[in-house]
Amino acid sequence: MASLKDIKDRISSTTKTKQITSAMELVSASKMSRAEENAKKYAPYSEKIQDVVASIASSNSDVSHPMLERREVKKTAYIVVTADSGLAGPYNSNILRRLHDIVTKRHSSNDEFTILAIGRLAAEYCQKNKLPMADSIIGLADQPKYADIRTIASDAIKMYVEEEIDELVILYNKYESAISHIVTENTLVPLSIEAESASTSSYEYEPDEGAILEVLLPQYAESLIYGAILDAKASEHAARMTAMNSATDNANDIIDDLTLSYNRARQAAITQEITEIIGGVAALE
Amino acid sequence: MNTLKVSVVTPDGPVITGDFEMVSCKAESGEIGILPGHIPLVAPLVIDSVRLKRDKTEEVVVVNGGFLEVRPNEVSILSPSAELAADVDIARAEEARLRAEKLLEEQEDVDKERAELALMRAMNRIRVGKLGQKNK
Repeated sequence: MASLKDIKDRISSTTKTKQITSAMELVSASKMSRAEENAKKYAPYSEKIQDVVASIASSNSDVSHPMLERREVKKTAYIVVTADSGLAGPYNSNILRRLHDIVTKRHSSNDEFTILAIGRLAAEYCQKNKLPMADSIIGLADQPKYADIRTIASDAIKMYVEEEIDELVILYNKYESAISHIVTENTLVPLSIEAESASTSSYEYEPDEGAILEVLLPQYAESLIYGAILDAKASEHAARMTAMNSATDNANDIIDDLTLSYNRARQAAITQEITEIIGGVAALE
Repeated sequence: MNTLKVSVVTPDGPVITGDFEMVSCKAESGEIGILPGHIPLVAPLVIDSVRLKRDKTEEVVVVNGGFLEVRPNEVSILSPSAELAADVDIARAEEARLRAEKLLEEQEDVDKERAELALMRAMNRIRVGKLGQKNK
């Protein structure tokens, strides 16, 4: 049986761990609400841009742009969004497992795809498994700004336009609620635009549709990437909050158990002492 | 007097929204002025300023490209980044300009296009920012 001192040490170390995990939980909770706010701020932009793209697509069918055309897929680029650190429950492993599935099932050789890693864990996973990695961002801010991801987004789109890749897919945790986020795979380019029904007004284009699409589509695709990353960040903070919450609960359980055995051990020691004294007294008589 | 509902939005949130009498901005094909009742229009913008007029006052917004969408009595400007001229940190913009210039001069193998764009953005921010802050 562990000595009283051992148990006491374990209680105090668990208490310290608990303090840390509950502080981390609070931090993640506040980060999550800020991430939700960011997503809310971004919403008007994405709605507007989607509106315009859809109305151009519906206004006339003969618009064409390389980003709208499907071509035979010889090489796919995956943007994989993970966190920079662990302690986020299944947040990272779910993504990486899905990536592993995709890579092993869908592709027969490493020449058929490339990976754009966002987050240290994704980058390390690619290095460890010797997967081709075109680019990576490590140390993305908790509340990323559009400018932070613009480089990787525009590079990815450039790769598509230059026909280096034929498909751009993003893999991230979609934010459903604070306790639910779903691994989502979304094909960004070629863009699939659902033409809205006649509700939209028809526009004049200055100078013409082609020139507008030239500006609009890359901006649209970049905004989709940014939207996905905002979502992923909100999920990350939520996942971390949930993980830390259950760690704190676990710590509480352990402390309760340990306190119980501490009291038992203490009681046993007292009982033993009394027995010894009584024994001693009896021996003297 | 008729007004236009104007909103300038970026992925980082709306920059300014409100009712204005006139919007003037610079599209790729030239300067455009929008008054209430304009036909629906979509036009790409260049890196420049957007001026919103109301009751003889003027709000100046720095836009880094993007595009303009006009609907009847509603104008939306969607830009990757934008800010009010009065908020521009000119010292920071100067730094960005120097950095971009240095990059263009020193290295051969840099992404020329990107560095040039950065330079254009910085110079635009300085110019429009000074203009906006003088008016205040």
